[in-house]
Amino acid sequence: MAKKTLIVIGNGMVGHHFLEQFADTPAAAEYDIHVFGEEPLIAYDRVHLSEYFGGSTHAELALGTLEDYAAKNLQLHLDEQVTAIDRDLRRVHTPKGEYEYDAVVLATGSYPFVPPIEGNDHEHCLVYRTLADLDAIRASAQGVKSGVVVGGGLLGLEAANALKTLGLEAQVVEFAPRLMPVQLDADGGALLKRKIEELGVKVHTEKATTAIVAGEEARLRMNFADESHLETDLIVFSAGIRPQDTLARSSGLEIGERGGIIIDDQCTTSDPQIFAIGECALWDNRIFGLVAPGYTMARTLASRLNQQSEASFAGADMSTKLKLLGVDVGSIGDAHASTPGARNIRFNDEQAGTYGRLVISEDGKKLLGAILVGDNGPYDTLLQYALNGIDLPKHPETLILPESEGGAPALGPDALPETASICSCHNVSKGDICTAIDAGCSDLAAVKGETKASTGCGGCAALLKSVVDVELEKRGVEVSKDICEHFPYSRQELFHLVKVNGIRTFHTLIEQHGKGHGCDICKPTVASILATCWNEHIMATDHVPLQDTNDTFMANMQKNGTYSIVPRIPGGEITPEKLIVLGEVAKEYNLYTKITGGQRVDLFGATLSELPEIWEKLIAAGFETGHAYGKSVRTVKSCVGSTWCRYGVQDSVGMAIRLEDRYKGLRSPHKLKFAVSGCTRECAEAQSKDIGVIATENGWNLYVCGNGGMRPRHADLFATDLSDEQLISTIDRVLMFYVRTADRLQRTSVWLENLDGGLDYLKQVVLEDSLGLGDELEAHMQDVIGTYQCEWKTTVEDPEKRKRFREFVNAPDKKDPVQHWTTEREQRRPANEIKVEMV
Amino acid sequence: MSDTQWIQVGKREDLIPESGIAVWTPDGPVAVFYLPGEKPELYAIGHYCPLGKANVLARGIVGDLKGELVVASPLYKQHYSLTTGQCQEDGAVKVPVYNVRVNGEALELAVPVTAKEDCAA
Repeated sequence: MAKKTLIVIGNGMVGHHFLEQFADTPAAAEYDIHVFGEEPLIAYDRVHLSEYFGGSTHAELALGTLEDYAAKNLQLHLDEQVTAIDRDLRRVHTPKGEYEYDAVVLATGSYPFVPPIEGNDHEHCLVYRTLADLDAIRASAQGVKSGVVVGGGLLGLEAANALKTLGLEAQVVEFAPRLMPVQLDADGGALLKRKIEELGVKVHTEKATTAIVAGEEARLRMNFADESHLETDLIVFSAGIRPQDTLARSSGLEIGERGGIIIDDQCTTSDPQIFAIGECALWDNRIFGLVAPGYTMARTLASRLNQQSEASFAGADMSTKLKLLGVDVGSIGDAHASTPGARNIRFNDEQAGTYGRLVISEDGKKLLGAILVGDNGPYDTLLQYALNGIDLPKHPETLILPESEGGAPALGPDALPETASICSCHNVSKGDICTAIDAGCSDLAAVKGETKASTGCGGCAALLKSVVDVELEKRGVEVSKDICEHFPYSRQELFHLVKVNGIRTFHTLIEQHGKGHGCDICKPTVASILATCWNEHIMATDHVPLQDTNDTFMANMQKNGTYSIVPRIPGGEITPEKLIVLGEVAKEYNLYTKITGGQRVDLFGATLSELPEIWEKLIAAGFETGHAYGKSVRTVKSCVGSTWCRYGVQDSVGMAIRLEDRYKGLRSPHKLKFAVSGCTRECAEAQSKDIGVIATENGWNLYVCGNGGMRPRHADLFATDLSDEQLISTIDRVLMFYVRTADRLQRTSVWLENLDGGLDYLKQVVLEDSLGLGDELEAHMQDVIGTYQCEWKTTVEDPEKRKRFREFVNAPDKKDPVQHWTTEREQRRPANEIKVEMV
Repeated sequence: MSDTQWIQVGKREDLIPESGIAVWTPDGPVAVFYLPGEKPELYAIGHYCPLGKANVLARGIVGDLKGELVVASPLYKQHYSLTTGQCQEDGAVKVPVYNVRVNGEALELAVPVTAKEDCAA
């Protein structure tokens, strides 16, 4: 059977997305597909256009390659503009020829609107849309000083940033009384203006340009309606877009009154053989000037052509989250409260430079829209509320209040409706995940394989896992707590087996209670349990094969196979002599140096064979291992407390050092972080830590089970006004109870959430000793503390252990041939493209 | 397989029970694993992890998954079969496999004859 011909006119982001969605469907095999692009370059990411000035190339911005197109049998005609469509004969014409078609997809996009101002055709009046436009702007900017962008919308601010990147003094002229008038209100616009001006871009609002004439000090002068004027060397118009409908118009397709190719819910134009998608298309009298709705149209049309006729376009969410010139801006749903009866909650923190506005339904139950400027933190949660019609909490204001004011936690998976989007890369909803589970997927891996969720950017991995776990449990599937195929036990059960039976090696444990050889899940888990129970050196012969590489070599493996080194700096206090040693060592071995968030110094880029030499030097200077590689106590952060601070009420540094020295080396199910603050100002951020201590006039307040990271959790207040000794015995008990009862890789926050009875139960066990375990827990902790050794010291002193650190056992001087380096900000770092080549 | 020759890449005493070591060969870096009590006791596969793009496989944890002896790449934890070099998570990825033996006190590896460099320890 002869193939039909499908012609796609336009090779921009939406046209490309359509091809991506359609080319692999069975229907695509029925067509010869021709793609015409007016630009000489293959489709590229216009959203990140300004990165072109920051050094990105077309190849980096490109969405595909010529090879990709060829591999999918797509015939690409670049630099070939379609000039006419003969709908009677079903042919398109280009300067190079004629092509017959069975169907046409118009993805011609839009063009920049240039306001009808006298002088707007001057050679240094430009627009901002294509890479060619950017080349023209770059050429015009050669050797001059200043540039003005006309238009303070999204793209205008992007363009202003681009001018700044080119080294020009950039200014923005906006006709409306505020920036981003479509997305923001007066307060939001004013804050954005202030922030942008702080970054050196002057903003003029309520300015109507009447004429552009020759300048006196610069190339051009802009005259304004209020009689004022402004001189500049070049002008970039970014005053909105107009649908590119010329071709459709001349072909006799129906066009909207103010432009745009009229389409129905199936993206069909007035000719059933011709479709239109993206910014050239007018749906329900609207043009969508964002890429996401264009993508939705592209997907709709692709499934429609693939005979899935139920697909239809039903409008699009215009919510946006952006970083403009480094300033967070978010706009969700009905941001201007145009819904009848809508109410507002505003939080305008001029001091912090953040603004938040919630638009709420008349009954106070639903979120209709929102505006955020300065902090997009709440955006994702707000978007879920708005898109899914989730009932608002009792005090919706907590959704935009800063966390210190009691901000609301993120939404749990159960609160999300079926329609909630979990993975936006692959457009997977919670409903799709439930369907996959009902169809037989019984674990996370199966759900990922079936739905492709979390296989794109991976940002949704944690959310996906929690949704899958909750849904499996709801269906009565026991989410197995067995740690792996070798042991039918949870970590807690293994802990009891080891402790009660006095088992001291992995070999004995697996022989008596498991099967097979073990794996990379159970071996490190058992190693950690053995370390907690008996605290033998992790490099002891029996334990070496059990450890993850970080523990085996007592350093953190980085992406190119080299390691980083983090010596312990208890409480963050360090002498100048020790700081100098760190610098000298880093210099000698050409290590990249960075201060960590936990008040330590991280030295990156050491090869395996350099590690013992480096540690020898550090140990000689009085350092010991910081356990940065282990599931163990990492740091105890502190402020300076009463030693130096005018407000400190206790010696937070002293307590931090005391705690860090006490618990260093304790192996646990997950890494542990502590902090001690010297007063309620909380400069050490103790409430985001597993163990947080805050000084009061009367002693110490103890907070437990907080964490930063992917799913931050504030610590809970556990006990107040403790003396030094009370504080330490309480921490002993909490930590040891956690170490004994938590699951593998379960952090304290999740452990507490899963503990029957929660915080109250933990208080009973620890503070009231309801299980009569208190003394035993403290004694066990004392044992661990009493057997501490610096693992690195023991290692560098033992020639046998040092042999482990040979990069190649038969070629001690060989350098690893695949480590490639580059220099950035005066330090060495791994090159991004690592090629395999033998030296 | 093309012709191979045995070359010495180390000594018996370099081996670490239940664990891997890396050796330098004219055919590229190779990871050698020693599993006492297993039959055979020695396994050798490429040291380069094609997914992590670094020479690290000898530093992974050895174990078995569904009856197959494997090493877990220390970078992103994919599992490679010690007997076939096949990556369990990605059917398209495989690392080379070598014959390996202890000859007296010498650790020996079979590499393609085209390789000339002397690697005796």
